[in-house]
Amino acid sequence: MKLGYYVARRIIAMLIVLLGVSIITFSITRVVPSDPARLWVGSRATEQQIEQARHELGLDRPLYIQYLIYLGDLLHGDLGVSMHSRRPVVEDIRNYFPATFELTNLAMILAVAIGLPLGIISATKKDTGTDHAVRIFSLWGVSMPVFWLGLLLQLLLSSTLHILPTTGRVDPVVNLQSPLRTITGMYTVDSLLTGNLPVFISALQHMIMPAFALSCGCVVMITRITRSSMLEVLRQDYIRTARSNGLAERTVIYKHALKNALIPTVTVAGLTYGFLLGGSVLVESIFDYPGIGLYAVGSTLLIDYPAIMGVTLLLALVYSLVNLAVDMLYAFLDPRIRYG
Amino acid sequence: MGRLGRRGKEYLVTLNLLRKNPLSLAGIIIVLSFIVVALFAPVIAPYPSDATDVHLARSLSPVSWEHPFGTDDMGRDIFSRVILGSRISLEIAVVVIAVSLGVGIPMGAAAGYMGGWIDETIMRITDMFLAFPSILLAMAIAAALGPSLTNTMIAISLTWWPWYTRLLRGQALSIRERTFVEAAKSMGVSKKRIIFQHILPHTFSSIIVQISMDIGYVILTAAGLGFVGLGAQPPAPEWGLMISIGRTFMPQWWWYATFPGLAIMIAVLGFNFLGDALRDIMDPRLRT
Amino acid sequence: MLKIEGLKTYFYTYKGLIKAVDSVDLEIGRGEIFGLVGESGSGKSTVALSTIRLVTWPPGKIVDGRILFQGDDLLLKTDEEMRRIRGSEISMIFQEPTTSLNPVFTIGDQIAEVIMLHQNAGKDTAKSKTLEMLNEVGIADPKRVFGEYPHELSGGMMQRAMIATALSCKPRLLIADEPTTSLDVTIGFQILQLIKELVSTIGASVMLITHDLGIVAETCDKVAVMYAGQVVEKGDVKRLFENPMHPYTKGLLSSLPGKSGLLEGKKSILSVIKGSVPDLISPPQGCRFHPRCELAKESCTKDKPRLHEIEPGHFVACLTCNN
Repeated sequence: MKLGYYVARRIIAMLIVLLGVSIITFSITRVVPSDPARLWVGSRATEQQIEQARHELGLDRPLYIQYLIYLGDLLHGDLGVSMHSRRPVVEDIRNYFPATFELTNLAMILAVAIGLPLGIISATKKDTGTDHAVRIFSLWGVSMPVFWLGLLLQLLLSSTLHILPTTGRVDPVVNLQSPLRTITGMYTVDSLLTGNLPVFISALQHMIMPAFALSCGCVVMITRITRSSMLEVLRQDYIRTARSNGLAERTVIYKHALKNALIPTVTVAGLTYGFLLGGSVLVESIFDYPGIGLYAVGSTLLIDYPAIMGVTLLLALVYSLVNLAVDMLYAFLDPRIRYG
Repeated sequence: MGRLGRRGKEYLVTLNLLRKNPLSLAGIIIVLSFIVVALFAPVIAPYPSDATDVHLARSLSPVSWEHPFGTDDMGRDIFSRVILGSRISLEIAVVVIAVSLGVGIPMGAAAGYMGGWIDETIMRITDMFLAFPSILLAMAIAAALGPSLTNTMIAISLTWWPWYTRLLRGQALSIRERTFVEAAKSMGVSKKRIIFQHILPHTFSSIIVQISMDIGYVILTAAGLGFVGLGAQPPAPEWGLMISIGRTFMPQWWWYATFPGLAIMIAVLGFNFLGDALRDIMDPRLRT
Repeated sequence: MLKIEGLKTYFYTYKGLIKAVDSVDLEIGRGEIFGLVGESGSGKSTVALSTIRLVTWPPGKIVDGRILFQGDDLLLKTDEEMRRIRGSEISMIFQEPTTSLNPVFTIGDQIAEVIMLHQNAGKDTAKSKTLEMLNEVGIADPKRVFGEYPHELSGGMMQRAMIATALSCKPRLLIADEPTTSLDVTIGFQILQLIKELVSTIGASVMLITHDLGIVAETCDKVAVMYAGQVVEKGDVKRLFENPMHPYTKGLLSSLPGKSGLLEGKKSILSVIKGSVPDLISPPQGCRFHPRCELAKESCTKDKPRLHEIEPGHFVACLTCNN
């Protein structure tokens, strides 16, 4: 079955890439100018203690052995111990990741919800005032530094107009009154699953500004690819056939054209997810949103290498998985791949 | 006009089209202003010494005629610092793009033209780099190397080169099938010569488009790194850094964080307008 | 049934104004198979697209003329009215079946969709009608093909599917734009036979666009020859082939290899019409064919020839022929 081969090939490719990712992150850790052993034990350690630490950390072994140990640890889910919190990095990540995951997902939904219709309108009204307005609007959206946009939103909507909360993930008062039972760690999902409406609303209120700031950068990419793939599709013969059969223009665009145009759009959407993950690093610190981004920034400022590396690895993994999912979706949308 | 030849005429047509499109016109104006400001910053800035000087007496003064963007917590004129900061941003952008081109062009062209295992290997390597969200990878590298302007440039370059490799590869792939390449091959021209003399000139237009859009993104990434403290260190007037410090003075002394961000936005906007217009112009013609 | 009067369709391109169809008159009667012949760029496809009003603006626009379909001028109809006519009263099939079907929907869905639209049918009715049609166009296993996607079919089968779609609502007029050009000769032949059969069953007329005179001879009742956006000769197929009048028509016929049986007795050296297709932005003055015509006179460079009835039902637009 061609589909089976397609899936298998994609998964194998992903695994190879992940291997390379681990090599890259490993290399970065070894490129650090300062001595990790010294950092680990602190500034007031004796030479002997540093030597001991070096031995314990395996830093006296040859480089490739170190890498193999590193890889082995990774496969066991051991990302090292945070120098700052002294907890295993995996644990820290497990605490912080769900928040970011739901944030980036919301941002993705927003980006698609805004970008897709804009792209379609832009394509069907090509070269008109609307088209140009959409272009300017989306170019503008991607020109703003995401953290600065977040700041402005905060300034406007929180400090000045007091519509939305400034920081955090949920209103502590609301959580006290109607405590959330966590299942996945994602507040919106959990609150829906447990029927906890107040927390759901509060969580959404806290997420909407950072998610919106994040999505602005992606909207333009989605709009642009939708527009160009729609334009490409509308040029095709089968669109002419559909029209010659007397189908309503609505049907031609939203049924016949769109399904074809979505294929490249979906791929680009997957790519923008990486942008969102990166952006979350910056946005979360503005909103004091306790996600993996905030954790990463904190670790960076403290030069906590295991933590930084752990986060980087994790996000690379998530990104790869998202792209794999996109590839699968692609196969689902395009029958030429499914029934090749 | 006759002496210019076909390609020369194409460029003139492009320039003409750029001139007519209002968006690209705005873009060109902004870009040129940016470059001029960056190059002549010490001359243009009203208080050039405020890169480093401290005037605590005037700290955190609001927007006024003497200080159009207000002053920061050290009493430094933010307007001047924003102008001086443009140099840093431009420098980073130029270096990163130059390095990415330097690595990306040969690798991409080689991969696209020669195919086979060379192509496979290079593609896998780029995939590995591209599996990281760019900002993160840059952050990790910059964190490992230590916060400094130079390290920022190294870090961002390392995350940027794969894009150009990919771009060049795609271009090389589509061009290598064209007849004039067949002709050159049949005449026994060496591979290296084919790549440099025949394929590369045709990739020029798409490279230009990519560069003009990328400069904006590099500036944003650099600002992001500056924001988390991994870029140029205080008291350097780096835009991202200024926003980061300025953030602690929100919302009361709002001008501190707002204006550097505005500068970033306008600069990036200019490059994006220009790049978008270029892309539009190049696109239909690439098809013919 | 269809009467085109003075049709002018121009394309406004950045290179200039292309007068693709510059005053064309023709009539198609009930149940007639009408061939529209010409080289590439003669404007024949544009006439077809203009009839069904699928000329896209930009850059193309119908500038003048009347297209009388069953008495009504199609050019005066609203978009909504045209939409109802397309697919149900006037249908069209195109040259490239491989790209003319939507790759992400099944064959069955695409045909059923048209049936549901024009005949207000429910899903099940549409499905059974679709299966019927697929059977009628000679597809061996309609049930299986119904659920297949375009890329799983051969060119010939796809063209049959297209014919099924076009004829599903029993149109009065079928416009076929080079339906066999991209197919194998034998398959093409079958397709033409199929079209002939089916349209005679439902009593429809056909506007058959082609550059192949052999097809015209085999299939059509009447024919019009187009050159550079204008009709240069038209009439009954037999008469035209036996007695071609316009130099261009004569040139076309004599460039066929002698075996076609059309010009028996002639030697089989391939003759060629000298010169090349004119530039439609600035076509030649007077008669557009005159630069390539052996019989060109002084007046051919100045006066535009009009269609004259040389013999009953046979029209020619040539200044030299009117003797």
